[in-house]
Amino acid sequence: MVPTNYYLLLSAILFGLGIVAFVFKRNIITIFMAIELMLNAVNLAFVAFSQALGKTEGEVFVLFVIVVAAAEAAVGLGIIIVTARNRRSLNVERVDLLKL
Amino acid sequence: MPILETLWIIPLLPLLGSAVNGIFGAKWPNKIVNLVALGSTGLSFVCAIEAVREFVASGQQPFRKEFVDWMAAGTDFRIGLDLQFDQLTVVMVLVVTGVGFLIHIYSTGYMAHEGGYYRFFSYLNLFMFFMLILVLAANYVVLFVGWEGVGLCSYLLVGFYFLKQSATNAGNKAFIVNRIGDFGFLLGMFLLFRTFHTLDFNGIFSQVSRLPADTLGQFGTLTIASLLLFVGATGKSAQIPLYVWLPDAMEGPTPVSALIHAATMVTAGVYVVARSHALYTHAPTAMYVVAVIGCATAFFAATIGLVQSDIKKVLAYSTVSQLGYMFLACGVGAFGAGIFHLMTHAFFKALLFLSAGSVIHAMGGQQDMWQMGGLWSKIKVTAVCMLAGSITIAGFPPFAAFFSKDAILFAAYNHENNGKILYAIGLLAAVLTSFYMFRLMGLTFWGQPRFDEHHVHVHESPKNMTVPLMVLAVLSLVGGWFALPAFWGGPNYFADFLGPILGGEMVGGEEAHRLELILSGVAVAAATAGLVVAWRMYSKGAQRPKLEGAYKVLYNKYYVDELYHAVVVGPLIWLSRNVLWKVMDEGIIDGAVNGIASVSSAIGDTVRHTQSGNTRSYAVWVLIGALLVFAIIFWPILHLALFGVVR
Repeated sequence: MVPTNYYLLLSAILFGLGIVAFVFKRNIITIFMAIELMLNAVNLAFVAFSQALGKTEGEVFVLFVIVVAAAEAAVGLGIIIVTARNRRSLNVERVDLLKL
Repeated sequence: MPILETLWIIPLLPLLGSAVNGIFGAKWPNKIVNLVALGSTGLSFVCAIEAVREFVASGQQPFRKEFVDWMAAGTDFRIGLDLQFDQLTVVMVLVVTGVGFLIHIYSTGYMAHEGGYYRFFSYLNLFMFFMLILVLAANYVVLFVGWEGVGLCSYLLVGFYFLKQSATNAGNKAFIVNRIGDFGFLLGMFLLFRTFHTLDFNGIFSQVSRLPADTLGQFGTLTIASLLLFVGATGKSAQIPLYVWLPDAMEGPTPVSALIHAATMVTAGVYVVARSHALYTHAPTAMYVVAVIGCATAFFAATIGLVQSDIKKVLAYSTVSQLGYMFLACGVGAFGAGIFHLMTHAFFKALLFLSAGSVIHAMGGQQDMWQMGGLWSKIKVTAVCMLAGSITIAGFPPFAAFFSKDAILFAAYNHENNGKILYAIGLLAAVLTSFYMFRLMGLTFWGQPRFDEHHVHVHESPKNMTVPLMVLAVLSLVGGWFALPAFWGGPNYFADFLGPILGGEMVGGEEAHRLELILSGVAVAAATAGLVVAWRMYSKGAQRPKLEGAYKVLYNKYYVDELYHAVVVGPLIWLSRNVLWKVMDEGIIDGAVNGIASVSSAIGDTVRHTQSGNTRSYAVWVLIGALLVFAIIFWPILHLALFGVVR
């Protein structure tokens, strides 16, 4: 039996990598993947707690998160494709129409 | 009783006429405008006569009806559109609709070539509506609606020639000066409501009659309320110190001067005092103030009227003076005599103004009497009518004002507080009245023409102007005959008619009767003196005298306008400009608004740099926010500082 701490540590490392990638990468798709990574890190924490406490709420939450992530992936990819078509670029720094 | 039960029809008809002419009249020819305007006032007059007939047939029972609830608040505040019909209303309604109708007819001739013909009649009908509301009202609030409404119409009609600066100024002056009086009137109404918990005439007067009367020199609630109402009356009825607007109001068309500023609206103050006689008889101090102000105004205005050169200005000051007589009558307790003079004055002053209008019409717009003269043979009908009016106002028997003015002077003479002095000043004013009227006649009709006869084509006015003149001349002659039998010891029909409402007239008796005859003789002698002096000075033609000495002071109206300007208007303008405008408006109000705007703008300028448009920087903000939430949750000190509780 793997101790819960290990799962949580792995989850925290994955989440931290997600944040770092989210903040520092310029490619929209990479940023998008970073978000997915953070979501899955959280999922991992949920199931770890679920198993440790012997309750099923955590697993239910994970299902919800997966559903929302799927929907978000659909919408997000759509936005990315439109952006790429309009700007011929996936650099997030070019998406600055709202700038003063 | 069909008409009495639907009393609102009398004021409503002119309102309809006003609305129809005001909305549709612009595109109509004058004939249709005439039909609407004259039709509505004429019908209103017929309805009034029918109402009077029903009133008399019912045994002169005061009629009162609550038509619509208007507003209610608290437990005892209820104002309805209540109308009433009693002896006093009979006189006022007949005068307003009758004289008003005649003046409408006259206006169709006088205004025929003026622009805004429909507008004029729309305003005139609206005036009739408000005036009828005023005299039919059964409580002070409805009366006040009419009171303000006639003020509005006065403003609109004085400023009828609104392209003329002096006319718009005169309209503003009339409105603003009246506002001062109305403020007093409102305060009086508040005080009455606080005291009696009603503003209904019957309600107040029946309660007053149970209260003890104030004594002379005592300023009880009733005295103060009466004086406040009288402040309103001095504004509307042009008494000292608020009379200054009426002479300026002559900028309006002459029929307006005749209807509003002579016959009806300006007598509203007298009407209010007479209507509230139950209050005044319980407040001798207020009565005395009314008498003194009335008497002073009668004399003061007459002296100014002596030297004016504008024919309408003479009549304007004459109106102020005659209104003073009416207040003198009310002040000495002879309310009936005041109303009697109100009625006869409506006849003869409307006649005089309309005749003056006919003269002005004949002279092609000239109003300066020094540019007239010798018109007698050229416009005979007008001249004869004007002469009839002049004889009437001067007080020669058997014309109307002889009876009414006589009754006033007799009542003043018998007053216990300095009655003799009031009488003497009143008599002196009567001499002046006779003088300035025959001076007017002399300068206008007698002597040689002082104008270029080749340029001014003098012509008699059309029938629709002269016929009302003749009717009013006849009324001026016979209007006082209600009181005629009193001279050989018979009843005074007018006083007896108003008796049930206004209380008993002065007691008769052989002694008093002889005294009255003597005083009448004195009054006629006084009028004759004025006539003779005026005849000697002006019948042979006269030239404009030099402005010097007393003549100059009188010609400039004692410099009262200049005084008011220096004492009231000037400081107010200074205050408005330098304090209210520069400090309050520009400094504080604009400053606050602009200050808020510039503070917001400065904050925005600083904070907008966070909106860099750089997506990743937003991500950092999100991260910082998330970290902050964590910190608050897991760091008890921070949580305590922010929310005041430890988790």
